[in-house]
Parts: sequence; structure tokens; C-alpha cells
Amino acid sequence: MSARMRELFGLLPVSLLVAVGFAAVLSTRSTDVSNATLTYGAFFLGLCVVGHLFIRARLPDADPYMFPLAAVLAGIGLVLIYRIDPELAREQAQWFVVGLALFCLTILLVDDHHVLERYRYTIAAVSIGLLVLPRLPGIGGQVNGAFLAIKVGPIQFQPAEFAKLGIIIFLASYLRETGDILVRPRLRPLPYQRQLILWGTPALLTLLGIAVFDLRPAGSVLLAVFLFSLAAVIRDRPSPKHFGPLLLVWGLAMLMLIVIRDLGSSLMFFGGFLALLWVATARLSLIGVGATMFFGGAFYLSQNVPHVEERVDVWLDPFARGVVDKEGYQLAQSLFAQADGGLFGQGFGQALLELPGGGTILPAAHTDLIYAVLTNEAGLFGAAGLIGVYLLLVYRGLRTALSAADGFSKLLATGLTAVLAIQVFVIVGGVTRVIPLTGVTLPLVSYGGSSIVANMVLLALLLIVSDHARSEAQRRGGVV
Amino acid sequence: MNRQIVQLFGLFTLLFAILLAFTSRWTVFEASSLENNPDNRRPLIEEQKIPRGVIYASDGRTKLARSVGHGRGENRIYTRTYPTGSTFGHPVGFSYIRNGRRGLEQSRNDDLAGKEDEFSSILSGLESRSREGNDVVTNLDVRGTQAAVAGLAGRTGAVVAMEPKTGKVRVMVSEPEYDPNLIPSDIGQLNRDPRQPLLNRTTQELYPPGSTFKVVTATAALDSGKLTPDTVIDGSSPKTISGVPLENAGGESFGPISATDALTNSVNTYWAQVGERIGRETLVEYMKRYGFYADPKLDYPDTQKIPSGIINGDGDYVTDGFDVGRVAIGQGGLEGEVRAGPLQMAEVAAAVGNRGRLMKPQLTDRIVQKDGRVKERIQPDLQSVVMKPETADELANMMSRVVEEGTGTAAALAGIRVAGKTGTAETGPNREFTQAWFICFAPVENPQMAVAVTIPNASGQGGTVAAPIAKSVLEALLGGGAG
Repeated sequence: MSARMRELFGLLPVSLLVAVGFAAVLSTRSTDVSNATLTYGAFFLGLCVVGHLFIRARLPDADPYMFPLAAVLAGIGLVLIYRIDPELAREQAQWFVVGLALFCLTILLVDDHHVLERYRYTIAAVSIGLLVLPRLPGIGGQVNGAFLAIKVGPIQFQPAEFAKLGIIIFLASYLRETGDILVRPRLRPLPYQRQLILWGTPALLTLLGIAVFDLRPAGSVLLAVFLFSLAAVIRDRPSPKHFGPLLLVWGLAMLMLIVIRDLGSSLMFFGGFLALLWVATARLSLIGVGATMFFGGAFYLSQNVPHVEERVDVWLDPFARGVVDKEGYQLAQSLFAQADGGLFGQGFGQALLELPGGGTILPAAHTDLIYAVLTNEAGLFGAAGLIGVYLLLVYRGLRTALSAADGFSKLLATGLTAVLAIQVFVIVGGVTRVIPLTGVTLPLVSYGGSSIVANMVLLALLLIVSDHARSEAQRRGGVV
Repeated sequence: MNRQIVQLFGLFTLLFAILLAFTSRWTVFEASSLENNPDNRRPLIEEQKIPRGVIYASDGRTKLARSVGHGRGENRIYTRTYPTGSTFGHPVGFSYIRNGRRGLEQSRNDDLAGKEDEFSSILSGLESRSREGNDVVTNLDVRGTQAAVAGLAGRTGAVVAMEPKTGKVRVMVSEPEYDPNLIPSDIGQLNRDPRQPLLNRTTQELYPPGSTFKVVTATAALDSGKLTPDTVIDGSSPKTISGVPLENAGGESFGPISATDALTNSVNTYWAQVGERIGRETLVEYMKRYGFYADPKLDYPDTQKIPSGIINGDGDYVTDGFDVGRVAIGQGGLEGEVRAGPLQMAEVAAAVGNRGRLMKPQLTDRIVQKDGRVKERIQPDLQSVVMKPETADELANMMSRVVEEGTGTAAALAGIRVAGKTGTAETGPNREFTQAWFICFAPVENPQMAVAVTIPNASGQGGTVAAPIAKSVLEALLGGGAG
């Protein structure tokens, strides 16, 4: 069976799932399971077939699984949002159509993704501009303390969702070029006197730091890792010329942490950055310096920016007196909803969302807490299914990176997959109290126009890379 | 590059595994502690959506509590109404989201709300049947309860009737009553009411038992071999007990009399001397066998039960140091005064009636599913063996003399032999009130029912105030072929 036929047949169970999901929700809502459910399923299938036909025409060799997997996620999202509020689901469906249009447009315009390399500095500048937008007076504004959204007329828009694509494109291109020459590893080991100085200095400085600042164990480890990583980077003779722009991006990322004041999206950007740095250079020392700087910065923010501090406190103990019914309410309700779901869940459409007197029990159920709603309705097994779908998508994305022939394709596919995976970790981790809860969307599932559109573009880029990689492999007679 | 990409995939797999581990933590491992978290309002809201089971009287027809639905579809919720109003208010209690739960509504909540374990909730999900509560059929008798309410006639007081052989509680009446239907609107007013209508006087309040406690003293003395029904002791009045003179009721002097006569005429000086003969340790031991010093074993909320016992001036339970002579006749002093609840005294009468075997008092007869199947039938349960059967027989004979010719003649029934004991404790700051008591069981040959009646702040003897109420309750329960 050809790749495209596999994709088409992959879409059938997806549409069935959507139809069954809507049927389940509708049956609890009213007694008559109208043929509306079939309409929903058919409508969704129709949209997906349009996307499929477009891929068939333009990207005949692209990975056959990614599009159906993304469709599963969008379908689950639509069912869940429909269950929360049919009106929101209608809007989300419209956004899905817009997303699909942009998906097609991307495939149409970007014939070859290498074209993007040409515009990398423009893309980087635009992305950074996008990130700063919410801080501009008039259109930007603080939502729960973070600067993430802008409002132009009636449309609310999260620029960070698009900026993440631009940043990844820029980094992939820049690191393809400079990854090998960022550092010049020494071929011969250093004489032992120099070694002594190289490793002795960070050791001494760590001890000094502990003594002077009276650091706790976590801080001491952070400082030690940072200093030793820095020493290792210095030993490898970094090239200042190539390191310059990288440091700039690095600095910008740190600044962003302070500018947008959102741990979640900063972690997403920084994580994507470090993932690319690791794949491009394989230097653990660079990762060590970067990661410790991020944690240091995050720690600084949690001490000095009130709303970040609040989020961290809630994360540490959401049930504390005076916290549970105020700042901690959302996280506490998220955990209560998950506990209510148990192993198998309450069933689609059965979870408690509305208070008897009106009002919702789960704040932001359709965006931040959609994972909690899913766990409530489909239980641990349903949640595991969703995580499984994401893992498969990540697997296909990294497979694409592996099979790609050139460095830019590899880095681009890796970076796009990495931000997607980290975004999943950030929001699900927040909802399940692995890390502090922040306002990042669950890709393709959460309600949100910018999120679904940006992620459809991300998918389009991945498919373009995949098409190139696989058609090239076929030309060389390799196994796909 | 490829090696790093594979490593990256390993890292993401690990991160996703952490997400699943935490999801399992909340959905499975810590689920029950989250569900019991007081800040979690979900269980309360959920329960509102479930039609709670009906609470029935012992006839299985009279509804004491039922659920009424409001709204439709997903927003349908249920509230409780109590068709019998205040009559069964105390034993049944109430259940409201805002006001919480009391009485059987609380102690049988899991049954009434249809709580299921994870496995059966999956099954019910597969069968697509919605969760609903089970019905509770109580042992509460409508006619007996009405007789008790009529007998008290609005006076503050309490009546308990239970079957000696099974422990089934047939009557639990505490005046003043409250109407559970009015709880949502009147709770504040009811809480402030100086007559304390929310207090269940059968289990939540203690009174000086007066001479009814002589049954406990007699049990200890007879069963430990320190006394026989024919033992003659000087019943003159006054007699010095613990260095202070003690008088009989009305100062009446009896001279040397037998134990039977001393119980029939409720001779204080006789039983005070018996108390001194048996000693504190033996008396407390027998009290514990009767269930004193512990919450009644009734299927009723723990927060609505308190133990009977000997209580000192500081309000602490004591088992030593008290004036055993005065405690033996149901009184005491600052070092320790005996206090008992009406249910406890009904248990005393029931234990004698069941030849020394005290059965656990039970309000519930069975739990019935909506389809009519009996889910659980509450079996009679032995609480303790208080005394030898022979002791109980001797005591039953002595107590039947009380009703035949002694202080309790007002409880005598035509054609049925009743065994009982009166009690009259003086209360009030100037001893201007009496605490009138009567405990009994009948028929003596084959006891079917034990009753305890008490009226605080009365103005008469137990035999004249309390005994007639016990009589009418016995008639209602034993008459009409029901017994």
C-alpha cells in the first residue's frame, strides 16, 4: 500500500472516533442521538480528506502517519470542547478550517523548506517582534500576570505560538552552519597543570559561592554544574565570532523569560533551543551552561515576580489554607477532577463541569485544564491514550529528522518536534502538578485559534521536510 | 547528529512517562484522599444528582424520608422531604447540601446514596444504569412512635422501645421534636432555641437515673453472689451512708426486709447498703457490661451519641472514688454522680428481659435495592453477656412485683405481665423538679419489648408520670396481634 493510501485509511478510524465521541456527548445531553453526530463525523472526515488530497498532490512522499495523528488530536479536542460548550466547539471548528487553509497555504508557498534559510534573520527579527508585542501598550495586556496575548479588535491572538516556529527555523538554520565550528575541541589533552587550573577554579568558586551566599543543596548543585560546564566550554575554545549571535539568542531567551513573565512558554522556547543545540553540537557542557542559566533565571523570577512566585507556591502546596480557594483553586480543582476520573473515567459527557447554581467548577476547562477534563471523562486509560498519540507524533517527527539528508532538515524537524513535545510536557505537567501550572495550550487539542493554526503550520513544515527526505531516499533506492 | 536525535526521543519518552506517572498518582493512588479532601465539593454536588433511597418505617410502607427531583436533564437535582414531619425527626435526621446530615441520613449515607466501589461502578457504566440510592427499612414502629408522642403530650422527655431478643429499636422519640423539612429555613432559629429541639435526648443527653439504677445495682449484687432475692437487710430511715444520713422517699422506714420487697418499694437505704457491700469495682464492672462508659452501639452517628457513666463535678467520667452507696441508688455527689441516657436504660431493661444477654440496639432492619432485592439484612448481634440467666430470672421476678404491687402499678397491662422499675430523681436548683423514669419489659414469661421513658423537670413520681406512657407504648407495640 502506498504511503498516501495508508494516510487515507488512517483518517477513517479518526472520523469514526470523532463521530462516536460526539454521539457519546450528545446522548448524555439529550435522549435522542440525532443524525447530527454522523454529520459531525462526516464533516470532519471531509475536511481531513481535503487536507489529505492536498498532501497527495503536493507532498506525495510525506510521512503517512503524522496527518492522521494530528487529526486524532484535533478530533479529541473538538469533542471535548463540544462537551464543555457547543458554541466554543463551533468556533474551534472554524479555527480548524482556518488552520487547514494555512496548512495548505504553507505547503503551497514553501515548495522547498531550504528557502526558509534565506530569510532566517528576517524570520528571527519578526519572531522576536511578535514576542514583544504583548508588552506594547494598546494591543497587549497582562493575563494572569503573563504577557502572552494581544488583542486587535475582537480577535485575541497569542503571538508566542507563531514565534516558536520562527525561532526554531532561525536556530535550525544558524546551527546547521555553525554547529561544527562553535567550539574547536582540543585533539590532545591539556597538560596536567592546566587541567588542575581548569577544574580547580570552578571547584573553588563553587565552595566560595556556597560559603558566601549560604546556598542550599539545590542551589549548590546548580552553581557547580554551571561553573564546571562553563569550564568545559572554555576548554573547548569557543569561537567568539560564531558564539556571538548564539549568545544573543541566549540572552534574548533569558530576557524573554523576564519580558513575557511566563515560565511555561519560556521553558518551551528554551527547551527547543537546548534540544537543537544538543543535536547540532553534542556538547553536554553547552547544555549544562544553558540549563543552569535557565533554572537560575526561573528561580530568580520565582523570588521577585509576584505572579511567578504565586504559581510556584501553589505548585508546592495547592491545598494550603487560604490558597486552595483562591490562587490554588484551579490546580486543586484539576487534581480533584482527575481523582474523580479514576482508572476508566466517568464516561464522555458525564464529568461534572457545572455547579448546580450555574458557573463552572473547572476554571479554563477548555484551554489550560482540558487534559483534566479528558482524565475526568476517560480516566487514566484515556489520558494514557492521548499521551500515546503525542508520543507517536513525536516519534514520527524524529523519524523524519533521522531520515533527512541535510543538517538543516534534520535540525528543523527536530526543533519543530521538540517544541511540540515540550509544550505537551509543560501544560500536562502543569495540570498534573509535575511543574508549576502555566497558561500554555495543549497542542491541537485545547481551544484557541492561534494555537491550532500555528500547530497546523508546524505540521505542514514537518510534512514538507518529510516529503523531501523520503523522496530523496527513494531516489537513492533506500528503504523508506 | 542521529545519535543525539535518538537520545532526544529517549528523553521525551521519559518526560511523557513522568506525566503518566503523575496522572496515575492523582487518578488511582491518591484518588481517595483527594475525594475526601474537605475542599473538594464534587462528592456533595454529585450526591445531589443521585436520588437518595427512601427511608421506611418497619411496616415497609410508611415513608419517613424520600427524594424529590427538580429540573430536567443534566441539571436534575434531588432534595429530601420528610412526609412524617417531626414525628420521626430524631431517628431519621436530615440530609441537605448546606446543612449536612444527621441521624440515619448520616449513619446510613453510603447505602442511601448508593455508594459503589470502582468495579461495580464500571459494571453500572456498561449497563448504562444511572447511580441511585438503596432504600433503608428501619425497625421504627409507627403506632408505637405515635403512642409515645401522644404520651409525652408535648412535655420535654424521651421514650425508647427495643426488642430484647433482637435489639431492634422500635421507638425512638425525643421531645421537643423538630421538623426536618424546615431545617434549610429554620436551622439558625432551631440552634438558638433554648428548648434544644435538635438534641436527641435518647442518645445525646444524660440524666440522673434515680431508682431505675437499682436494677443495675441488683444485677451486680445478685450475679456476684453477694445477695439473694431473700437477703434481709435493715431498711430503716435515715441510715448513715459515707458519713452522711440517707433517707427513704418520704422518710418512710421499712425495718428489716428482703431484696424483693426492697425493690418493690424502692427502698433507698437498703440498696445503698447493698452498694457498699458489692463495692465500686464490681458495680463499675457490671455497668460496663450493660454498655455504660461507651457510646451506645446503635447505627447512629457517633457525633450524636454520648456514653452513660459516673461523672464527677468536673464533667469527667470516673470509675473510682465515688460514693458507692449513693451511686447504687442512682444518685451521687461531686466525686461522682451516675448519669444515664434513655437508650442506655432501655438496654438495661432489655438485657434483663433477654436472660442477661444484651443485644446490640439497631435502627435498621434491611437495605433494599431499587429493584426490590434485599441487599443486606441486619442480623441480631450480641453486644455482651451481662449476667447469668438465673440472675436475670430472679431479677425479672423482682421487677414484676414492682408493677403488680409496688411503685409501678400504673404500667400494669390487662392479661400481660410487665416487669419494671420506677425512678424519681430530684432535680433543679431547689429540688423543685423531679426526673421521672420508668423502665420495663413485657411479657415477663416471653419478653417481646423493653421500654424506657424519662421526663425531666416533671412534677411527680416516675410511677405516676412515666409509667403510664410506657404502658400505652407497650399496648401499641404488643397489642393488635403485632407482638
